[in-house]
Amino acid sequence: MSLERPAAASTPRPWRLGRTAALVAVLLAAVVLAVGLGSVTIPPAEVLGALGRGVTSLWTGAALSPEDTIVWQLRLPRVAMGVLVGACLAVCGAAFQGVFRNPLADPYLLGVASGAGLGATVAIVAGWPRPLVPVVALAAALGAVSLTLALAREGRRLPPTRLILAGVVVGSVLSAVSTFLILRGEDRARQVLAYTLGDLGFSGWGDLATVLPYALAGGGVLLALGRALDTLGLGDLTARSLGVPVERLRLLVVLAASVATAAAVAYVGIIGFVGLVVPHVVRLAWGAGHRVLLPISALAGGTLLVLADLLARTTPLSQVGVVTTLLGGPFFLWLLRRGGHE
Amino acid sequence: MSSPVTGTGTLEARDLHVRAGSFPAVRGVTAAFREGEFCAVIGPNGAGKSTLLRALLGLTSPQAGEVRLLGRSLPEWTRAERARTLAYLAQGEGLPEAARVRDVVALGRGAGDWAWGLIPRRPWTAEDEAAVERALERTDTAHFAERRVSELSGGERQRVSLARALAAQPRFLLLDEPTNHLDLAYGLDIIRHARCEAAGGLGVVAVLHDLNLAARADRLVLLHRGQVLAQGTPAGVLTPAHLHAAYRLRVRVLHDGDRPLILPED
Repeated sequence: MSLERPAAASTPRPWRLGRTAALVAVLLAAVVLAVGLGSVTIPPAEVLGALGRGVTSLWTGAALSPEDTIVWQLRLPRVAMGVLVGACLAVCGAAFQGVFRNPLADPYLLGVASGAGLGATVAIVAGWPRPLVPVVALAAALGAVSLTLALAREGRRLPPTRLILAGVVVGSVLSAVSTFLILRGEDRARQVLAYTLGDLGFSGWGDLATVLPYALAGGGVLLALGRALDTLGLGDLTARSLGVPVERLRLLVVLAASVATAAAVAYVGIIGFVGLVVPHVVRLAWGAGHRVLLPISALAGGTLLVLADLLARTTPLSQVGVVTTLLGGPFFLWLLRRGGHE
Repeated sequence: MSSPVTGTGTLEARDLHVRAGSFPAVRGVTAAFREGEFCAVIGPNGAGKSTLLRALLGLTSPQAGEVRLLGRSLPEWTRAERARTLAYLAQGEGLPEAARVRDVVALGRGAGDWAWGLIPRRPWTAEDEAAVERALERTDTAHFAERRVSELSGGERQRVSLARALAAQPRFLLLDEPTNHLDLAYGLDIIRHARCEAAGGLGVVAVLHDLNLAARADRLVLLHRGQVLAQGTPAGVLTPAHLHAAYRLRVRVLHDGDRPLILPED
């Protein structure tokens, strides 16, 4: 029956190198564009020059021009944070969709966002100093996930359905507490809203340095688990028969993704739809294997968030979380109606 | 691990007791399954067939009794050895819809010896590639190997799952209701593939509901309320008395050569 199988078919090319190269090029272009555009417009060539001079000044000690300072101290940290958070959310979303075998899973599924939101609300309403807010938010986000895991646990097992239900409950309760606090501390309501709605505007190198270790640790673990995540697509029993310790895998993915997401949410607020939509698009163009899906999602998520933030800064939409949700929602619906792949 | 050429090893249940949740689903089963033999496990719903299969695979630990694989107690096997030796096609096995057939089949290749069971230790080799290719060819799935799972029919999907299980090049293949939801032709097709693999030296154990398909096996084990009611050749097991005891149903047994044909009476 298989006499006429085409020879080319036997060499899989999951990386789709042409597409991947194009994506990297778009990412780099987006970064240069985003660094250049703003209240002071800097042409791309100048941006590249400024980046080069900043790097060489590290050892020559030369002072930077005002324009170079704008690039290095204002624009670049914000853009870099965009790349990092976008990559994080997309990778975590892809991993969650794989581990829960649920195309609607996103990184906030287990209550991370509501936890961070509550932490930030408490800190802002209580009038604590601004630099403390993300720290409290991060602690609260990790606390929320721990609570979800504790509620969902069934002996040594961690059944996916219970995890999702526990996440929904924890999320709702914590959000209700936040709402209550916001209503009581009316005068600071706007501040809280601006914080939780997703904004890269406050990002400095210090914030980036805080988020980076969490993102690298969480993202690194997830990227290493690509093939194991693939086996989960066959169902728990089959994965176990293949020798994959399913409970350990699920716990590890949930922890890694939650740590990375918690750091992201704590420092930039809730940025919707990136973690949900990006993996779906990547799956359409690159296929479903997690070894490719996860890293490509990181690239695509980073690109998307930089562009979304650019739109937020240069239009009245003003906050990146508003942009991603406003554009991501309809796009996701279109993807669903298109009859997608799932 | 040196493997004997063919047909010598057994997978045995010895006075096995297994619970499914809190329900004692398997209550003292003793049965041996051999390499090179196609054995069907039959019995009414709730008789303990699937639970027995899971215990044979080491996916459920027995309350009492033991499973012995190639003469060694199953708990003594490492996860890696077990995954290489026993392949499983679960009831209603899920397939990732967006994945390519070839990639699904490749998943069957040895996850067992990964670091912590999670991270591959060695690169993908030509040997892996050859095993995948062979599995695709043996299940007649090679001609749609580059297509996505979502484009396949139910019967084609089941053959992909079979290829995935065979890619591990196991000594035993355990199938849980592999012909469920398949039409007559596709159901028969799966059974033909299973027979063919058994003839090639693989030990095949299949839980089947269709007694006329089961009659094509080399040997039958009839379970009833977690115990073996009868085992042996199809002609010896598929008798009106046995089937009445197990299913509470009067049947007529016709004979097509030496193969029994079951006709339920209303």
